[in-house]
Amino acid sequence: MGAPGAFDEIWGHGGPERPRAEFAALSQWLAETDAAELQRRQQSAEAAFRQLGITFAVYGDTEAAERIIPFDIVPRVFLAGEWQRLSEGLVQRVEAINAFLEDIYGERRILKEGIIPPELIYLNEQFRAEVDGVRPPHGVWAHICGIDLVRTGPDAFYVLEDNARTPSGVSYMLENREAMIRLCPELFRDFRVAPVDSYPDMLLKTMQSVAPGNNPRPVCVVLTPGHFNSAYYEHSFLADSMGVELVEAADLVVDDDVVWMQTIAGRVKVDVIYRRIDDDFLDPLVFRPDSMLGVPGIMAAYRAGNVAILNAPGNGIADDKAIYSYVPEIVRFYSGGEAKLPNVETYRCREPQALKYVLDRLPELVVKLVDGSGGYGMLVGPTATKAQIEEFRAALVAEPHRYIAQPTLALSTVPTLVEQGLAPRHVDFRPFVLTGSDGVRVAPGGLTRVALREGSLVVNSSQGGGTKDSFVLLDDGA
Amino acid sequence: MLMLSRTAAALYWLGRYLERADFIARLVEATIRLDALSTRPAGEAAWQSALAVTYTDEAFALTGDELTQARVARFLTLDDSHPGSIVRCLDRARNNARAVRTALTREAWTAINRAWLLFQNRQTTGGATATLNLLEQVKGETRGFEGAIHRMMRNEATLLIQLGAAIERADNTARLVDVKYHLLLPEGEQVGGVVDRDQWNTILQTVSAVNAYRWLYNDGLQPANVIDLLISRAELPRSLAACVEEVVALLNALAKRTGLQGEADRMARARMARAQKTRTHDVIVSGLHEHLEAFVGENALLDGAIARQFRFI
Amino acid sequence: MRIAIEHRTTYRFSEPQARIVQMLRLTPCDTQDQTVVSWLVGVDCDARLRDASDGYGNAVTMLYAEGPIEALDITVTGEVLTSESSGVVRGSAESLPPLYYLRATPRTKASDALFAFASDSIGAGRDPLEQLHALNAALHQRFPCVPDLPDAGCTAAKAFEGSRKVSSRDVAQMFIAAARGLAVPARYVSGYRAEEAARSAPHAWAEAQVEGLGWVGFDPSTGLSPDESYVRVAIGLDASGAAATGGMRIGQGQEQLAVDLHVDQLGVEE
Repeated sequence: MGAPGAFDEIWGHGGPERPRAEFAALSQWLAETDAAELQRRQQSAEAAFRQLGITFAVYGDTEAAERIIPFDIVPRVFLAGEWQRLSEGLVQRVEAINAFLEDIYGERRILKEGIIPPELIYLNEQFRAEVDGVRPPHGVWAHICGIDLVRTGPDAFYVLEDNARTPSGVSYMLENREAMIRLCPELFRDFRVAPVDSYPDMLLKTMQSVAPGNNPRPVCVVLTPGHFNSAYYEHSFLADSMGVELVEAADLVVDDDVVWMQTIAGRVKVDVIYRRIDDDFLDPLVFRPDSMLGVPGIMAAYRAGNVAILNAPGNGIADDKAIYSYVPEIVRFYSGGEAKLPNVETYRCREPQALKYVLDRLPELVVKLVDGSGGYGMLVGPTATKAQIEEFRAALVAEPHRYIAQPTLALSTVPTLVEQGLAPRHVDFRPFVLTGSDGVRVAPGGLTRVALREGSLVVNSSQGGGTKDSFVLLDDGA
Repeated sequence: MLMLSRTAAALYWLGRYLERADFIARLVEATIRLDALSTRPAGEAAWQSALAVTYTDEAFALTGDELTQARVARFLTLDDSHPGSIVRCLDRARNNARAVRTALTREAWTAINRAWLLFQNRQTTGGATATLNLLEQVKGETRGFEGAIHRMMRNEATLLIQLGAAIERADNTARLVDVKYHLLLPEGEQVGGVVDRDQWNTILQTVSAVNAYRWLYNDGLQPANVIDLLISRAELPRSLAACVEEVVALLNALAKRTGLQGEADRMARARMARAQKTRTHDVIVSGLHEHLEAFVGENALLDGAIARQFRFI
Repeated sequence: MRIAIEHRTTYRFSEPQARIVQMLRLTPCDTQDQTVVSWLVGVDCDARLRDASDGYGNAVTMLYAEGPIEALDITVTGEVLTSESSGVVRGSAESLPPLYYLRATPRTKASDALFAFASDSIGAGRDPLEQLHALNAALHQRFPCVPDLPDAGCTAAKAFEGSRKVSSRDVAQMFIAAARGLAVPARYVSGYRAEEAARSAPHAWAEAQVEGLGWVGFDPSTGLSPDESYVRVAIGLDASGAAATGGMRIGQGQEQLAVDLHVDQLGVEE
């Protein structure tokens, strides 16, 4: 079982015998479908993923450079009402993130009014002076956001992390759905599930909407670091399903402040770039000079307003873990209202009182490095060994400003197929939110990650997590 | 949409590497039949020539291994320490395919990926039968890929893959004939001397031409006929004549779609005009080796012209 | 003072280059004590030049050239009028607040040795301006003869060890690393200094933020503050961020870089 008392999204608190009222039908499907049959379907899905090459590389794991992420056949389901409320919170949050970025690289009202300590911005490496004073085409900064959420009850969602740089995982949303439709067609007959296959169209429209000038047929491309990158499948998948070129840095040249791609018939002007490489590697003339993945001069073209870059360079300041704890204030400052989606309560270890509190309660808390990612540099107090806790205590005392801490939440679970049959496993959720010049849209689905080990709260694919399809129901009346 | 230069290069090389993998598979298969399965094992000489055909004789010598079926077959299939093995060709083909995933259909990609997966975590080829099974699987996947290519849109992507394959095939066939002929007919010996049926059959098997030979020539297995078939008969897809014509046709089709025409087209057309006038008998009399050597050299120049014409990076 | 500048940068390539993209920070901006009378950036080949600014407020010129290029010659000629301000920078366009210039970069991270040297040199109990002057003088005393040399990419900590030839760039970075270590915002300045001898690189010094005065220049290669013989061109967190030229070339072979620089005072009898 998961954490004692955890809320199961299908079974509620009552177990398989007494599921949540709205999920009686789904629970019945689970009970009636033979576990061996579910296993067979799951294996079939994973075999298909392997053949397609939907793989990822685990950091630091050279032995098995290419693996597939385990797929779980039991879907995670959102009711229409739940989704509606969630979407409103997501739209509000992403609008605030865009407004914050526009402000922080422009007037900086939020600093002048003392909402955020200026040193958190100016001494943060994610604040990029190189884009200070630049306004991206159409004023959109965070075009594609992945907001990581956790849940503790029917309407209790919390934001764990914002991803406003190059969030990945959307290909799993689409491929998992493909697999589910093929393997469990009966579910789509019995439930009205919102389709997710329009995502590539939504993304392309978003890209076209932010093209500089009034070009009715802008040339859009996806920029990848190359096929050795762990998310390369996703890059090629997105380019392919949008019908745009997948380019590498060597395909692009900048001349006269304009970006061109090199084709067999010569150069073609590029208007919009969905880049899947980090700021650091974007332009060796401006950021890391040793970058082989970057395009020299691309930032000059961007500054000149001749190309749109998605997401905008410099966005890291908005999703930085040190800034995260201020997002509710950021939402209030720009929207004038309270955040509809709360943060997980967060202790800023840079503040002496908070540090004392955290040091006193390390075994209960989750401690995170503000500049870490992928579940690395993280302490999960309740499951950590004494030695691990002491290691973190020393690190915290030495450099408190590098850490934040959060209470351990009773994360929700979803029934998951394990060796012994169905059992609750903890999940998180990453919905994808697109912002174009014409507004903000939430894709009706997302990436559900599941911690496959019993009781584990770590869902990262690099640490043994799997994925599930995420259904959004069109109505609750089923 | 205009194709990226890098994409064009990757497609072309994908075609070349898959063709090469397929060719090595056929060559090893035919050599096993010649050596291990025939009534008169051909032994070291057969394996030495297989290495020579694939330009790997020097690399193999460096390993210090004996020239046996087990060693050479493993070297040409599983050994990733040199560029002339099937596993390396498939690896390069797959890398190129990955780099252009968006230009391929799922079917085409999965055929390459499945061929590549055949070699993952495989340490040995096993005995002759197991090796033949593996090679059969490789051929099955490359056939599957060719089928997938034929079902793809006939656009630049398809044409470039086929162009790469045609250039590679021309090189492979020329090399095969050159090495085998040299081995089978030592200097001074006349064409039409003692014929080792098994040896000449090996050549035909390698280019899938056993049946074609029977159809086209009805006076038994004659070396001059085998050479005529492989050099001049455009009916045989792996003959030099067929490759030369195919390259011209593919460049023509590419020109129609992209508007790019130039040096490569001129070279390919000049080569075809000469090939059509070539008489096999004259070639044998005046020096087959010199003829084939010149052909391989010209083929490499054409490869360079193609790279320039389509602006490969 | 009326100062004439002629700054020529020549690249020679052992093989022709297919393409060159360069970012040049070669154009000074006006301040209260520095007026650019005339300024020209020229290139000897068929290239496209585009003016822009970077996030620090520096004037930037992008240079794009198509090959084959065997040599590239970038010539800057201009005249600037300056007035004496005791090193205080007045009327400069500032896009970022002083706080930003507390950031350490890989090239300006103080080592223990450098930090100990700084603490020793400033003494105790004096006001910040005096402390900074003391640091400046101490660095000059430690490295009395520092020419302007091409950038070798050295860090302040490494240069402080003194095992290699130290340039004006290195001592400026040492000053910056030390000042930031003392919680004083500091930055790197690249520019020109009127002198008789020809040189092979622009001059480098530092600026630090002093309460009540704003940005104040310190030149550890003289131990003094800049006077009216100095022309400020570009600022940055470190030498890389204010580099006069930098770029990428597509092509094989080696590159040879030569700089010919003359900075002369006009209207004065020699």
